[in-house]
Amino acid sequence: MATGDGPTPLERFINGILPENPTYRQILGICPTLAVSNSMESAMTMAAAVAFVLLGSNVVVSLIRGLLRPHLRILVFTLTIAAFVTIADRFLAAYMYEMSKKLGPYVPLIIVNCIIIARCEVCAAKQSVLAASADAIGQSLGFALGLASIATIREVLGFGTWFGLPVFSHSWWPAWVVMILPPGAFITLGLLMGAANWIGAAWAKRASA
Amino acid sequence: MNVSDKGGYIKQAWLVLALGGCFGAALAGVHAGLGGRIQANKLADTLGQIPSLVPGAVEGKAEVRIGRPVYRAVDSAGRCVGWVLPAAGQGFADRIQLLIGLDAQARTITGLYVLEQKETPGLGNRVEEPAWRGQFAGKLASRPLAVTKADKPGEGEIHAVTGATISSQSVTDIVNDAVAKFRGELSASSER
Repeated sequence: MATGDGPTPLERFINGILPENPTYRQILGICPTLAVSNSMESAMTMAAAVAFVLLGSNVVVSLIRGLLRPHLRILVFTLTIAAFVTIADRFLAAYMYEMSKKLGPYVPLIIVNCIIIARCEVCAAKQSVLAASADAIGQSLGFALGLASIATIREVLGFGTWFGLPVFSHSWWPAWVVMILPPGAFITLGLLMGAANWIGAAWAKRASA
Repeated sequence: MNVSDKGGYIKQAWLVLALGGCFGAALAGVHAGLGGRIQANKLADTLGQIPSLVPGAVEGKAEVRIGRPVYRAVDSAGRCVGWVLPAAGQGFADRIQLLIGLDAQARTITGLYVLEQKETPGLGNRVEEPAWRGQFAGKLASRPLAVTKADKPGEGEIHAVTGATISSQSVTDIVNDAVAKFRGELSASSER
């Protein structure tokens, strides 16, 4: 495996947040994005669990990158990711039991979250631990940003609250139940992704003009 | 592909085997550290559910019957008003853990609660919704319940979750099995 080439740690970190945002640019990890974004609390727990797993697997894969064999690398990535996901799942069951029940199978399903295996393949298997860590933190922040943007709109419109704190009074806000339900996730993600693409296109036009 | 060209299976796969061993040890350590706490959380959840599973109950007292723990649900005067049985079995994806509420004579099911499940999101995981598990309340415990796809389930029938017949069947089987065993034990102990 080649080392040294590729973006610097700082570039990796910055790219993950906006230019290569997992939700709006790579469109990865959409299953948990749709499923757990009806409240900020569950969205941020999911983002933290993904950040832990991503950082752990990126560091381990980067440390052993010289030993990887091309035809067995996906097996090694999956094994590493599964170990960290199980730790995250047990931790939630021990210290955040209610949230663990609420997230249900979505925590074990982080194993098949494509953001993580993509980062192992694209960055950690080829670059130093420093670059892989910076990449993991940048991508995790990007994913948290994507989840937070959707969860904020859904929770505020659906419950009239944000992180459980009242934003709109129930006396005049009808609380759009559809925003909490699955259709609200698709509507919100679709509109936000449209907006992100429109802004991105406008910036690109200005830069080339 | 000729294996000998690559230097044998062990030479190729040693990293996978070594990592498997390391991660296995790490997970055993995590379980040793957190297992007790997770069990305590589940116990608190179980005890907290007893009033909603057995009408009139205020708390549960742990007992051991048929070699497994059960909870005697008592009212505020300390009288036995029912039983709560923890039961588990294989679901569609992973083990399902249930709490089954019964009346004092174990004649009628009074409630059902899903303690843990990892069924398919949107399909099988609907077994934990109150509307679905509420079907069990009021059913006779004397004969096994059957799963049906008919719109209007009859006496002794449970309407399957659409698209999740196996999850529905698994939950019903776990309930039937646990209830039958417990009724056998209860009648045997009362004759003694």
